[in-house]
Amino acid sequence: MSALSDETAAPPSVPAWRRGIRPYLLSIPALAVVVGILYPFLSGAWYSLLDYSAGNTHVKSVWFANFADVLGDPGLWRSVGVTIEYALLATVVETVLGVGVALLLNRSTLIGRVLEKVLILPLMVAPVIAATMWKLMFDTNFGILNHVLGLGHTYNWLSKDHALFSAVLVDVWVYTPFVAVLVLAGIRSLPREPFEASDVDGASWWYMFRRLMLPMMYPYILVAVIFRLMDCLKIFDIIYALTAGGPGTVTTTLQINAFEDSIIHFDYSRGSTYMFLLWVLVFVAARFLVGVLTKAQKRAAGTEG
Amino acid sequence: MARRVLGPGQKRVSAGGVAADTVTVLWFVFALFPIVWMFLLSLKNNVQQTSTYFGFTPTWTNYLTVLGSKGEQLTSVDFKSAVLTSVLACAGATAVSLVVGIPAAYAAGRWKYKGSESLMFQMLSFRFAPELMVIVPLFVIYHYLHLFDTTVGLIWVLQLVTMPLVVWILRSYFQDLSPELEQAALLDGYTRVRAFFTVALPLVRPGIAAAALLAFIFAWNNYIFPLILTDSNATTVTVAVTKFLGGGGQAYYNLTAAAALLGVLPPLVLALCIQRYLVRGLSFGAVKS
Repeated sequence: MSALSDETAAPPSVPAWRRGIRPYLLSIPALAVVVGILYPFLSGAWYSLLDYSAGNTHVKSVWFANFADVLGDPGLWRSVGVTIEYALLATVVETVLGVGVALLLNRSTLIGRVLEKVLILPLMVAPVIAATMWKLMFDTNFGILNHVLGLGHTYNWLSKDHALFSAVLVDVWVYTPFVAVLVLAGIRSLPREPFEASDVDGASWWYMFRRLMLPMMYPYILVAVIFRLMDCLKIFDIIYALTAGGPGTVTTTLQINAFEDSIIHFDYSRGSTYMFLLWVLVFVAARFLVGVLTKAQKRAAGTEG
Repeated sequence: MARRVLGPGQKRVSAGGVAADTVTVLWFVFALFPIVWMFLLSLKNNVQQTSTYFGFTPTWTNYLTVLGSKGEQLTSVDFKSAVLTSVLACAGATAVSLVVGIPAAYAAGRWKYKGSESLMFQMLSFRFAPELMVIVPLFVIYHYLHLFDTTVGLIWVLQLVTMPLVVWILRSYFQDLSPELEQAALLDGYTRVRAFFTVALPLVRPGIAAAALLAFIFAWNNYIFPLILTDSNATTVTVAVTKFLGGGGQAYYNLTAAAALLGVLPPLVLALCIQRYLVRGLSFGAVKS
């Protein structure tokens, strides 16, 4: 989208070549910062080919030995499983609940309009603080949840069987408003005529929802889903504050695992290998996301459709 | 089942409506209860924090303890200085991102040029890259450059959080801006730089405010960077809050709750200020409210 046609836009005193490099000049500072971030990023990729750890003074390249080592380790596959389970569970629940909350608020009743003002509050709570708050509420003996829900002093929210679900619950608490505000804004931007027409035709609420609203909301839901899914794949803070990966390894996600390897055990190369594998996963998803985002952005800006 | 039009502003009193209102209220009880409960817990004294649920004698002393030297003895973290570090680091990171990001966002929003899409993509991929991939090398580099446990080090690494946000949000605002306005200024004999500062920039002010506040909020809420790249000198609020629960011996639920609320307050207040522009910012410009 070339917004300015150069003939009319620029005074004749500015030669064409200078006009050509203008966007590049403007991007240089940002590019410098990108390079500043890219450098450690590439170092990280490089580490995954070395046998680099804090105790090792003769670092040498081991090529793909780390990958072979890590890929052959059942610990990796366990954490891949935990990560995917967490990500899918959280994303699905948040999407369903988020769309539901958006539909409820779209009714614009008095209660809804008042409550909408505070809809985003949980989303603004730092995830790690949210996890800390919920940990206090999960407490088996003194926590409010067991008291209010009548579970006595026996139900352990952070036990082997429940820890992952409790972590997902915290994620749902924080991020459902994210889906809800996006979808709500989406619904409100839809044209009203089709809905009025189908109402006149006597269509049921469910029919209207399925045949009209859902297809029209789809781009908004998709943006929310992708954001959530990709954030969940690299989840760290909620789990770290809640269970630190335990009990045992039931909540050890990929980033928790890499944290233990590289920061706690100082095995930089092993941690980097984990992260490189996760990055590949996220990179593929990000490519896809950019296409969706750019399209949605253009629609929002009114330059398409 | 009662039929209703789903367009905005539609109201109808019916059994379905009452049920929907009930569910709405239930959701908000779930969403707000943890925050309310933290507030109640933060007002309890050391005995009542474990002996009662709802009946207690409220006291403000926990907040004073958290902010004072006694909290520091318990957690070995000076909460006041953590707040200061967080403010400095997040404001610094946001400022750097704005200065550097606005020209890039303008370039990407105004012209289609070779490499612009890949620069934008690179920015976004930072947003979604696993943080540890960058942290592990930075951990080594920071020790070498003496940036470990410093505010400057935090500002650098927080660019990963703030930069993509600023550039993507502002690009969408610049794209929205009709180029004719600047063209008119150019025909009036303004230079391009002057046209940018007097015409384009003031018109995207809401976008800049939203991007800046969101960048600040997400930098404030970040945990993994300060956790690994700082120690006691440049601890941030998020890290400091978790220390209250980690201390061995007696558990200070009330102090943890007070610290958590103090840590949550700034983002909440800022978010309420930019509510109108929030959706667009959260979706990186993809969804307009």
